[in-house]
Amino acid sequence: MNPFQYVRATKAKAAIDARAGDATSQFIAGGTNLLDLMKRGVMTPQRLIDINKLPFDKIERQSNGLRIGALALNSTTAEDKQVLERAPLLAQALNAGASAQLRNMATVGGNMLQRTRCSYFYDPAMPCNKREPGSGCGALEGYNRMHAIFGFSDKCIAVHPSDMSVALVALDAAVLVSGPKGERRLAFGDLHRLPGDEPQRDTNLEAGELITAVEVPDSPFTKHVHYLKVRERASYAFALVSVAAALSLDGNTIKDARLAMGGVAHKPWRLTEAEKSLIGKPATEATFQEAARVAMQGAKAFKHNQYKLKLAPNAIVQALKNAAAVS
Amino acid sequence: MNNIAALQDGKAVGDRMSRVDGRLKVTGGAKYSAEYELPGLVHSALVGSTIAKGRITSIDTKAAERAPGVLAVITHLNSPKVPGFAAKSNPDEPPAIGQPLRVFHDEKIYFNDQPVAIVVADTLERARHAARLVKVQYVAEQHQTNFEANKSKGFLPTQAKRNPKSAQNDYTRGQADGYQAAPVKLEAEYVHESEMHNPMELQSIIAHWEAADQLTVYDKVQAVKGTQRAFAKDWGLPEQNVKVIATFVGGAFGNGLHNWPHETAAIIAAKVTGKPVKLMLTREQMFTMVGYRPKTWQRIQMGATKDGKLVGITHESVGQTSTYEEFTESTVQQTRMMYAAPNVSTRYRILGLDVSTPIWMRGPGEATGAFALESAIDEMAHLVGLDPLEFRLRNYTDSDPEKNKPWSTKYLKECFQAGAERIGWSKRQLQPGQLREGDWLIGYGMGVGTFGANRGTAKARAALLADGSVLLQSATTDIGPGTGTAMVQIASDALGLPTDKIRFELGNSLFPQAPSQGGSSTVNTVGSAVNDACLALKKKLQELGGAAFANVQPEQLTLSGGQLGLKANGGPRMSFADLRKANNGQDVEVTTESKPSGDARQNYSMYSFSVHFAEVRVHAMTGEVRVTKMVSCADAGTIVNQKTAGSQMIGGAIGGIGMALHEGAVMDDRFGRYVTKDLADYHVPVHADAPPVEVYFVNKPDPLVDALGTKGIGEIAIIGVAPAITNAIFNATGKRIRELPVTPDKVLLA
Ligand SMILES: Cc1cc2nc3c(=O)[nH]c(=O)nc-3n(C[C@H](O)[C@H](O)[C@H](O)COP(=O)(O)OP(=O)(O)OC[C@H]3O[C@@H](n4cnc5c(N)ncnc54)[C@H](O)[C@@H]3O)c2cc1C
Ligand code: SF4
Repeated sequence: MNPFQYVRATKAKAAIDARAGDATSQFIAGGTNLLDLMKRGVMTPQRLIDINKLPFDKIERQSNGLRIGALALNSTTAEDKQVLERAPLLAQALNAGASAQLRNMATVGGNMLQRTRCSYFYDPAMPCNKREPGSGCGALEGYNRMHAIFGFSDKCIAVHPSDMSVALVALDAAVLVSGPKGERRLAFGDLHRLPGDEPQRDTNLEAGELITAVEVPDSPFTKHVHYLKVRERASYAFALVSVAAALSLDGNTIKDARLAMGGVAHKPWRLTEAEKSLIGKPATEATFQEAARVAMQGAKAFKHNQYKLKLAPNAIVQALKNAAAVS
Repeated sequence: MNNIAALQDGKAVGDRMSRVDGRLKVTGGAKYSAEYELPGLVHSALVGSTIAKGRITSIDTKAAERAPGVLAVITHLNSPKVPGFAAKSNPDEPPAIGQPLRVFHDEKIYFNDQPVAIVVADTLERARHAARLVKVQYVAEQHQTNFEANKSKGFLPTQAKRNPKSAQNDYTRGQADGYQAAPVKLEAEYVHESEMHNPMELQSIIAHWEAADQLTVYDKVQAVKGTQRAFAKDWGLPEQNVKVIATFVGGAFGNGLHNWPHETAAIIAAKVTGKPVKLMLTREQMFTMVGYRPKTWQRIQMGATKDGKLVGITHESVGQTSTYEEFTESTVQQTRMMYAAPNVSTRYRILGLDVSTPIWMRGPGEATGAFALESAIDEMAHLVGLDPLEFRLRNYTDSDPEKNKPWSTKYLKECFQAGAERIGWSKRQLQPGQLREGDWLIGYGMGVGTFGANRGTAKARAALLADGSVLLQSATTDIGPGTGTAMVQIASDALGLPTDKIRFELGNSLFPQAPSQGGSSTVNTVGSAVNDACLALKKKLQELGGAAFANVQPEQLTLSGGQLGLKANGGPRMSFADLRKANNGQDVEVTTESKPSGDARQNYSMYSFSVHFAEVRVHAMTGEVRVTKMVSCADAGTIVNQKTAGSQMIGGAIGGIGMALHEGAVMDDRFGRYVTKDLADYHVPVHADAPPVEVYFVNKPDPLVDALGTKGIGEIAIIGVAPAITNAIFNATGKRIRELPVTPDKVLLA
């Protein structure tokens, strides 16, 4: 690990100023992703700005939804009574991530900003445009079993690894950001970006911007929800593919639907067209199959991730069946 | 509590005694290799090559040398030459069977991440930071790491070419490829990727030159004596000048059975700096330089009659090795002796690639071979329309068809029966894909394992101390099975002394000679030595006791109650104090050597046997596989401790789940470099993957192996588990996946 300075911020402004004035610095929250990257030599910040003492760890009820502080722990959030009541899909997604120990350290803000798990990104001896722009994409013609089937570019085919973010994008969440230029609010779907020509940029945040909270609006999706995570072992593994499915049912008719996928793109992948195809239809396997077909339009696989073309639609159908409790 | 109970019925062997070192381990009191705090200790980090083959053209160490806290940066350019390296032949022509990598010897690169420099600094962080500052330039040569592309270059190991009696030679019984004459035939290929041992404890060493010709290492190894010999040879020292300490080993699974480049790197660094140097590998380095179960391709061709009698089996195998050492293992052995096929041919080859050398990993060879053989048996049973258990019974053999000798003991049928009952084999459907619960398909499978009931030669020292306790010592190691506990139990019975009055010490090259802990032979080998040493101690005490004990057999004697006496009531008695007096006030001490009986080994075939039954669920939509129940049954002779032996079986079963479903290191052949090299990318089973594992032991002694009747457990605990699971997957889905690990993508696309 490179030598680095460590400062602990007690005021948001101090943290933002420190970060904005020093391109070689990084915020550190739980550290469960950043420290690993530092140990492997993937990220080499000269200065760590510890934000854990900032007052952003509350989970509050607002008039139109929940406000979850960026420093709320993954475990606390997943167990929170209001989250369980109003956004059970989020709780399911959080619990599907990492391990109990990690969830006890990881924060909501850190989780959404965790970086890709692409193995080439993690090994400084390998080419990777995200780590070292211009060095080439190791995965494109390499081992790309975990990689994207949507929204990739020829510069980067990595996927975003967060489970939580898949639920948040499905639930139309918003991110509250505080930066050198003041505060702003981003739709969750606009936080992450596709790789395009700048795969080194994971998000649309500006330098020095601090996430302070995420807002989850109230929704009818409190009952028929399911977060399905397909993984190689029963726990503690990143998703091959995951699906956040939420239905609002009137009898057996779908009044409204939300659908998003993880493990398929550089950002949590909302499936708006597939959602539309569900609305007004009966909650049957045939309806779900059709939604899966719509969802998969435009998908393209590489050498080792062909299976995702089969797994992803299957997972969509399965998640919707589970959400609707259709057997 | 256990101890008292054991004493009352006079038998500690067989008791479920808790580990003698359990408390130390769970309270942090057990000291592992990296945990010795020597005065002046400094830290180090390795720099690994980033090419798989070629030469180093330059190394820039300036920035590293200038970094804070750095004491030395050592490369092939400034390393002291290891005397034992120089004596070897021209580096371009390594001896045929090869030699371990000569670290920092020259500019040649044989595999990716080969250590090219070691940085020594006052703290670990500074050493690791400075290691990143070392800049190395290479001329790369075209490397070969692609197994498939090179498979046809597999060759007969040199040891087989040199020695016609070597078990690595081709083998034929009956007609060569005689399976061809059978009415029902199958041919199938089986592959698994390289699997890393990944014990919890990282490979670590502290190297300390106590004087210019006195080396002490605290080293994570399975053989303290073997390591002592290897380093003495390397450095041209008398063996007694090298001391090797491995009191505790945090798991190894075989990767402590060889000495690796990092050990010599640390010894060199200690020599250069004149300080004790600690080197602990990173998890990523655990993938590249400390051995692994080699990637292996196998083909089975099998023929049977329509009523399910095997006509012939041909088993071919190509296993990966490095270009500088020929690693071999007994991949085809089980095929030669497990079934009563009249025609059997085996052909074993190895393939040298630009990778580091593999090493035995739990169930070495047999676990690989059993995957192919036991899968093919299942496939053939399906072809002839028989239950695979019934098919195995029709081809069961009551003597060894390879060596034409009787088995010393074989209670595999008892295992079959016990396992079938416990797993609920009657629920298994003959046709696959019949059982379903919701979206999960359910299937049952079995796999058989075997491993030689090996026994080596070992010495043990036994001493009656002033406090009335007995101290035993032998230079074995304990990589986790509970060796010390078993030895104390054996000694307790041999001496008639309660277990809490006995201490067994291991893991130190100063102790009497014992082989490495490997090949499931420690209890057979060292247990026999301990037993013999205890009997010898009683004999010596009897002599000290003088005339009163003249007409007594040592076997009749016991040390219970602080005195030497007869097991039966009455007769002569003498207190320990008086015995010591008769010994000039000294500890009464003996050292003995125990060897297996040549006659029994000549006349009998000795093996442990196991069978594993698995119940699996396969998700119809996602291809996920979950093992929901396992039953592992073993014919392993006398079970010294049901608790520790049971844990061994459970650990083996879970390791087998990893082999079947999770483990496999992925190489990017463009770079000749592993892609998956941490525990996030390289999966091993986690707790949620471990189903209830029920263990059954036949627990009947095999007196031909040793006096205690033990046969060995460690390997058979995993051998046959992987095919039990893949066979169950077939039974659940009708999909036969012959490439491990069976991940959801393979199930979906099959
Ligand atoms: C072995 C392993 C397995 C895992 N498995 C999963 C899994 O299955 N699913 C899953 O979703 N995740 C998984 N994770 C990832 C885990 O969820 C993340 O590491 C964790 O959520 C990151 O949170 P943190 O608070 O520790 O972030 P940190 O490591 O502290 O920070 C991560 C990044 O976010 C930035 N950052 C943090 N907070 C803020 C903020 N408020 N504003 C602006 N920038 C900020 C930091 O500067 C840093 O760049 C796994 C991790 C490991 C190590
Ligand atoms: S996919 Fe992206 S992260 Fe992975 S190697 Fe290519 S550029 Fe790097």
